[in-house]
Amino acid sequence: MTGRTAPDTSPGRRGGWVDEALREHEEHTRAAMSRPKTAAPEREQQVLDRIDKARRRRPKIREERITMSHGAGGKATRTLVEAMFLDAFRNPLLEPLEDSAQIHLNGSRVALTTDSYVVSPLFFPGGDIGDLAVNGTVNDLAVSGATPLYLSAGFILEEGFPVADLNRIVTSMQAAAMAAGVQVVTGDTKVVQRGKADGCYINTAGIGVVEHDVSLGVATAQPGDAVIVSGPIGDHGVTIMLARGELDIEADIVSDTAPMNGMIADLLGATTGVRALRDATRGGVATILNEVATAANVSVVVTEDKIPVRTEVRGASELLGIDPMYVACEGRLVAVVDGAEADKALAALRAHPLGEQAAIIGHIAEEPPGIVLLKTAFGGTRIVDLLVGDPLPRIC
Amino acid sequence: MRFVDEFRDADKAHALAAKIAALCAPGRQYKLMEVCGGHTHTIYKHGLEDYLPESITLVHGPGCPVCVIPMGRVDDAIHLASQPDVIMTSFGDMMRVPGSQGSFFDAKAAGTDIRMVYSPLDSLKIARQNPDQRVVFMAIGFETTTPSTAMTVLRAAAEGLGNFSVFCNHVTIIPAIKAILDSPDLRLDGFIGPGHVSTVIGCRPYEFIAREYGKPVVVAGFEPLDILQSIYMLMVQLSEGRTEVENQYTRVVPWDGNLAALNAINQVMELRPYFEWRGLGFISHSAMRMRPDYASFDAELLFQVPGVRVADPKACQCGEVLKGVLKPWECKVFGTACTPETPIGTCMVSPEGACAAYYNYGRMNRHRVVEVSIS
Repeated sequence: MTGRTAPDTSPGRRGGWVDEALREHEEHTRAAMSRPKTAAPEREQQVLDRIDKARRRRPKIREERITMSHGAGGKATRTLVEAMFLDAFRNPLLEPLEDSAQIHLNGSRVALTTDSYVVSPLFFPGGDIGDLAVNGTVNDLAVSGATPLYLSAGFILEEGFPVADLNRIVTSMQAAAMAAGVQVVTGDTKVVQRGKADGCYINTAGIGVVEHDVSLGVATAQPGDAVIVSGPIGDHGVTIMLARGELDIEADIVSDTAPMNGMIADLLGATTGVRALRDATRGGVATILNEVATAANVSVVVTEDKIPVRTEVRGASELLGIDPMYVACEGRLVAVVDGAEADKALAALRAHPLGEQAAIIGHIAEEPPGIVLLKTAFGGTRIVDLLVGDPLPRIC
Repeated sequence: MRFVDEFRDADKAHALAAKIAALCAPGRQYKLMEVCGGHTHTIYKHGLEDYLPESITLVHGPGCPVCVIPMGRVDDAIHLASQPDVIMTSFGDMMRVPGSQGSFFDAKAAGTDIRMVYSPLDSLKIARQNPDQRVVFMAIGFETTTPSTAMTVLRAAAEGLGNFSVFCNHVTIIPAIKAILDSPDLRLDGFIGPGHVSTVIGCRPYEFIAREYGKPVVVAGFEPLDILQSIYMLMVQLSEGRTEVENQYTRVVPWDGNLAALNAINQVMELRPYFEWRGLGFISHSAMRMRPDYASFDAELLFQVPGVRVADPKACQCGEVLKGVLKPWECKVFGTACTPETPIGTCMVSPEGACAAYYNYGRMNRHRVVEVSIS
């Protein structure tokens, strides 16, 4: 035993977020508590309403330091983005928090986006950090309805990084750029001391023009719309996890990294019923569906056995206790489409090699707003919420 | 997918649900406790409650390894991790569990070396790769995970690995069940027994529940049909007035348990006189510590462990939730001050915790959902 005394847990003196959270909670519930007690189902509903209100409150960063959760694409990331970055940079172009910003320049609509890539390992079955860095940014432009044109590339390299590896990465970036029909037109290089980075990080930014007369956005989803995914989900995330070799599991799967601009152009050409497109990267399909539900204040109802998942991905996920709905893809999109146009959209996706296994996985409903419901294969119903953090960091 | 889809067949579930409903005596309410957090997770993840008649209530038990760890032990672990040259290894579930000064994640962000492992054996790999550092494994869990910790210690001893030790927090399930049975707050009709724990300890240790407390027990598997079938088996016993221990999970659980695993535990560990459980308080002979023969692997002896008891925040009602006295949503801070992103209590942390399961999967008004499903 050491002489350490028990931490002072008296309210107000510990100064931790717990006290703050509890104080806030007291203020918000004092009014509700004064109401007379009611029967259990109504009381449960009151609690659910209270939670709903708490979830809509302004997000607040409670941690004193950045943790891995802040980069995982779930709730903690959203809190960081909204409470820190949006708060500081707030402007009408940033506020929708879409995959890219849409800017009107001299009569034309330009889309601008940026993304950093820190995937580990740098090389994995089906791709590497190079094609990922091109495809990811191309896709962020394409899902906002833009035709991607030009990319920038910034490299942060660690002292000692093999030139041969860098050559491989750059070669694959160029090949990916060719395939997507874009050019890398500007760039930057920085080298940091050994141990201050993990080999190679890449940032790419991209611009494109919006040619179709479309205004896509998750906030436009309406009851009756169909929800479509463009192919089997979770391949990229599970591939990366297995490629790290920490789990001693082997499976015959490769990353799904691919540029989706061709497929998206076909889709937008085939139907005017597309309301929103999203690239299902970090946080997976579940996170996108939650963004739709929250932004449009609707309910998203999806059916588990309609969601395409490869057996290998399902098997690995079952073993590891993760849900493929939350696993990252790098060449899959989620589309919200006017119900009447759903079949046309599905046919257009399926006609493209990347979308052969596209499927309608559910629809938009009115109630309960802001919530994603899953009809399980077992026949039950449950919520699909945002994850707090990702069990698999550094996936892209 | 084989060995999975067979156990999630909706048609079989409908048939079983009808049989369960037929066994409910009119006007009688049934309270069944699933002891294991793995069951709680399955129940919510697959929406199993949709199949149960309103007269059957599932009460979530104390069998979530992360949920029962008291705040003081988390503080102790972080204290260990912040010693010079220490690498702490832990299962991922532990990373977000709040201590009084933050979680492992916070400690990691502040600079301590805490690494997530999938198996305790991975800690040995880390110890071999870092001979100048001391690797401490944060051992948690019921009898399910205790054998793997014991085997790891035996392996380390055989290799003569001098820089590996265990911070042992292993607990045993039977004293916890007994504490719940002796608790005056709760009246239960039967138990869905923990399947994974039983692969190690077998079914005999539950016999006192049937014999002395007159409650039926069915040891259950973890797929949704396993649980539904176990509920059916409990309802058959109740309708016939029997109270016995039955094994639904025969494909995995031997009646006498796993002797090799039990021997490994016995060789390395012994019962502690008492251990603090979150929300349940001190329970005698309810946890394991290293035997003196293996003292050189016992982090509690190798390091100065503060061992300070930390009271939970007053508003936290994890204890009542763990005992099944309160439903998760009945806790005062559920979902408002205490959420999965900023958990105050442990039940909100682990995917096996009742609050986290309810918040992530079940937080909805069933009546409204039924309407949605029909429309």
